[in-house]
Amino acid sequence: MNCTCEENREKYFAPLKEILKQYEGTQKDLIPVLQNSQEEYGYLPAEVLAEIAAGLNLPFSRVYGVVTFYSQFHLEPRGENIIRICMGTACHVRGGTKILEKFKKELDIEANETTEDLKFTMESVACIGACGLAPVIMVNDNTHGRLVPDDVPEIITQYA
Amino acid sequence: MKETIHSSQILVCGGTGCISSGCEEVKNALEDELNKNNLSEEIKLVQTGCHGFCEKGPIVITYPDGVFYCEIKPEDIEEIVTEHIKENNIVERLLYQDPISKEKIANYKEIDFYKKQQQIALINCGYIDPLEIDDYKKQDGYLGLKKALTELEPEEVVQEVKESGLRGRGGGGFPTGLKWQFARDAQGDKKYVICNADEGDPGAFMDRSLLESDPHRIIEGMVINAYAIGADEGYVYVRAEYPLAIERLQRAIEQANEEGVLGENIFGSNFSFELHIKAGAGAFVCGEETALMASIEGERGMPRPRPPFPAQKGLWGKPSNINNVETLANVPYIILEGAEAFNSIGTENSKGTKVFALTGKINNTGLVEVPMGISMQEIIYDIGGGISDGKEFKAVQIGGPSGGCLPEDKLELPIDYDSLIEAGAMMGSGGLVVMDEDTCMVDVASFFLDFTQSESCGKCTPCREGTRLMLKILNRITAGEGQAGDIERLERLSYNIKDTSLCGLGQTAPNPVLSTLKYFRDEYEAHIQQRKCPGGVCPELLGDFKIDAEACVGCTSCKDACPVEAIAGAKKEAHRIRSEVCIACENCVDECPVDAIFRE
Repeated sequence: MNCTCEENREKYFAPLKEILKQYEGTQKDLIPVLQNSQEEYGYLPAEVLAEIAAGLNLPFSRVYGVVTFYSQFHLEPRGENIIRICMGTACHVRGGTKILEKFKKELDIEANETTEDLKFTMESVACIGACGLAPVIMVNDNTHGRLVPDDVPEIITQYA
Repeated sequence: MKETIHSSQILVCGGTGCISSGCEEVKNALEDELNKNNLSEEIKLVQTGCHGFCEKGPIVITYPDGVFYCEIKPEDIEEIVTEHIKENNIVERLLYQDPISKEKIANYKEIDFYKKQQQIALINCGYIDPLEIDDYKKQDGYLGLKKALTELEPEEVVQEVKESGLRGRGGGGFPTGLKWQFARDAQGDKKYVICNADEGDPGAFMDRSLLESDPHRIIEGMVINAYAIGADEGYVYVRAEYPLAIERLQRAIEQANEEGVLGENIFGSNFSFELHIKAGAGAFVCGEETALMASIEGERGMPRPRPPFPAQKGLWGKPSNINNVETLANVPYIILEGAEAFNSIGTENSKGTKVFALTGKINNTGLVEVPMGISMQEIIYDIGGGISDGKEFKAVQIGGPSGGCLPEDKLELPIDYDSLIEAGAMMGSGGLVVMDEDTCMVDVASFFLDFTQSESCGKCTPCREGTRLMLKILNRITAGEGQAGDIERLERLSYNIKDTSLCGLGQTAPNPVLSTLKYFRDEYEAHIQQRKCPGGVCPELLGDFKIDAEACVGCTSCKDACPVEAIAGAKKEAHRIRSEVCIACENCVDECPVDAIFRE
């Protein structure tokens, strides 16, 4: 958020106000509120967290504590496409690491980083539960399975 | 199996596995083709949940004849409709081929993968449309609940579950009936039931498949559970990584509310029950029951000391009863068919069936449900079709990060809760990852420790610091810097962590190390003493890259790919790698068209 004038501020927080309205406003709603807010804003900027803390009547530290505990929540902007590379057991024994290495090479980023053009964020994750198709990755909500390193460039082009 | 729902129908598997193999396109092609031939009235097209045989997806099955077509592409559909549906000729080329006898098999019940299975929990999976409550009802769905509410007192329901011998399918194997009894006996006007669908074990996906394929069964199990202990509200805690499961469960809950099998005055009784879904946010430790409850309450998902147990003080301090998805999937059957139908299956102390997720270096990956007491040998070779690529079996990892690795001479062991613990593994959630000769057992152990270490919530010191120390030692061993005494250090740390950690995560975290030390100690010793990796996995312990002069075609692809000009050789002649220059980047390996580059 670059501008701080009141009108823009209101516009910026309007979707968050809508989200907060759907809940009773207690601690038990914190995780769903964070999930919906991240869906809306793409990540969880500090201003949004402060607003959530106020809306749910919680100390900021409590909200921050929950956000940093769960791997699903992000404090930094994320890429347009999220690539999740499975590092589960089945994928590990079927060569998941080679798929990760190939992605690193092709995108020129490390795991848990975002490309400069904000096109891709790459995460290595524990089991995504499609072990029958190992090695497997998810791009956004799509699963790609039985991969070999040579499949990687094509997958990237598909989403670029 | 009950009678087929329609006189003629075609089932297309729509589990996560098949979706990624392209079943949506197959389903659309079928729809078009049936329309084109004016068959859409006569033949019902059903998109089911997971049929289990993920290796062969997308799967299409025709009923009533039960013909099983696998690895189907949209372009195959026209032939299936014109030949099979219209002319009644089986399309030979699309049938499953037995990997050993090379025989084509038409009926899926004749396929080895299905033949040895005995299904209770998965019975509807891949058979009914998960989005239709009527499909579930036609398979005797909600009759167990009706029986419980109209014929049985809550105490009798608890008694039936106790007599069935059902034990928790999520890992620990605690007797389910006893747990229900504790919650029933607890004092309090408000109680909760919770379904633990935070399936985090790498290598396990049965809960996901159950929720995606037969969500009403879980709902029915939960309502029976709530009636038995006297709860009026419940939560299903589902992993955030399972969007399709959440979507289908949500839909099923709405339908169940509309049909009056959930909500106020169920089946006209004075029993009411409200059910909610909570999506997790990505923390493995939340599969632990007290951490899961903390997470529902909106806190950091950290375990709480027990006692007090959830049965006395659980969610928001109220008596709570928490059960795993697969456990609940067995409940409607037990109530409807009676405890005896269930406890006649299995071994003395482990009754009924268990679902296993069969993965790794095995021919037939997928989900299988087998009676307790079956041997690992039967699962891996008879159902799983043996090791892929003609390799040798080395170990099977059972029970995820809490479990262990068993070697070949344990394959005859009848599988149940107690025999596995005795052998140094545990049932866990039922992930079976098969490993072949190319696997390094030290690498596998460090893989699991890496997982538990990063998933440790950090609340208690033994788990937080202990797993970190163990991982450090394991990494040093796989890097070729193992020291004398490292094995003993690992053992000592393991026992300390097991004895002193707060929750199940820490108490079981050393299991993969202990079981590999027990059965594959020689591999640890080879890493430490000879600086060798017998599985040929640990990069620092491998020899130089070489080019097989016989195989090399002299195409120069490797030479062009080498960033440090370590490869020499003229066009159309065998190339060689100068090991003093090589930086082992493996670029050449990827480029070689004939796989002539290897490592000693």
